[in-house]
Amino acid sequence: MPTHRRIDVSKVGDVTVVTFLDKKILDETGIQELGAELFSLVEQDNRRSLLLDFADVDFLSSAALGKLITLDRKVKSAQGRLKMCNIKPEILEVFQITKLNKVFDIRAGEAEAIAAF
Amino acid sequence: MTDHISAAGWQRTFELKSDRGASRAVMDVLLEQLGAHDWEPSDIFAIHLAAEEALVNAIIHGNKLDSTKKVHVDCRVSRDHVRIEITDEGQGFDPASVPDCTLEERLEAPSGRGVMLMRSFMTRIAYNAKGNSVVLEKSRAAAAG
Repeated sequence: MPTHRRIDVSKVGDVTVVTFLDKKILDETGIQELGAELFSLVEQDNRRSLLLDFADVDFLSSAALGKLITLDRKVKSAQGRLKMCNIKPEILEVFQITKLNKVFDIRAGEAEAIAAF
Repeated sequence: MTDHISAAGWQRTFELKSDRGASRAVMDVLLEQLGAHDWEPSDIFAIHLAAEEALVNAIIHGNKLDSTKKVHVDCRVSRDHVRIEITDEGQGFDPASVPDCTLEERLEAPSGRGVMLMRSFMTRIAYNAKGNSVVLEKSRAAAAG
């Protein structure tokens, strides 16, 4: 199991649940590291059912959105599924303004999201 | 960096190096002042996001991380108005040339959302003609509406 600096990874059944260690995802260096760690779940660890749990995240920048989009593409091209949950209202507004709520599969809570895989 | 505090509010100018993470020096103080001037958490989130996007644009896209170039920031916070002016020493850009990231064919593009988020979360944003300076403003009356 690789060591992660930006995320915690656990499994619920077949679903890999990712939580974030940073409350604010905005530092450029941190976002690069975050992207690399998320991508490795798909490309190195061959995870195919990923749930990103944003319960601990208070803030994210557009650069972080870019990493989520790239992750979504990687998961889809590997015939996997990516879902997101527990997104705070302000961040949900960011997804709505940029219409990324149409691209991402966003669920309210973790139980609902896992049941939807 | 000198604070000016009056009945009209707080004002400070900053001169930042073009380093990744340099925005932190502004954001820590700005967030503290927004709280001190009783701005609502949802407004603070909005101003935080817009200012962060503009600072990152200035440092990375404007000055291209050139250590000889600075980013000049002027922040003014009162109870009912926030104004942040951010100027880099780069070539400038045409904000109208940034494609609309909400178009179907652009939805999955990994970049190009910063300016849209600034426009959405602030009452007013305006670039100078050269495109190397942006003014972000938020009014509490509009924020409450």
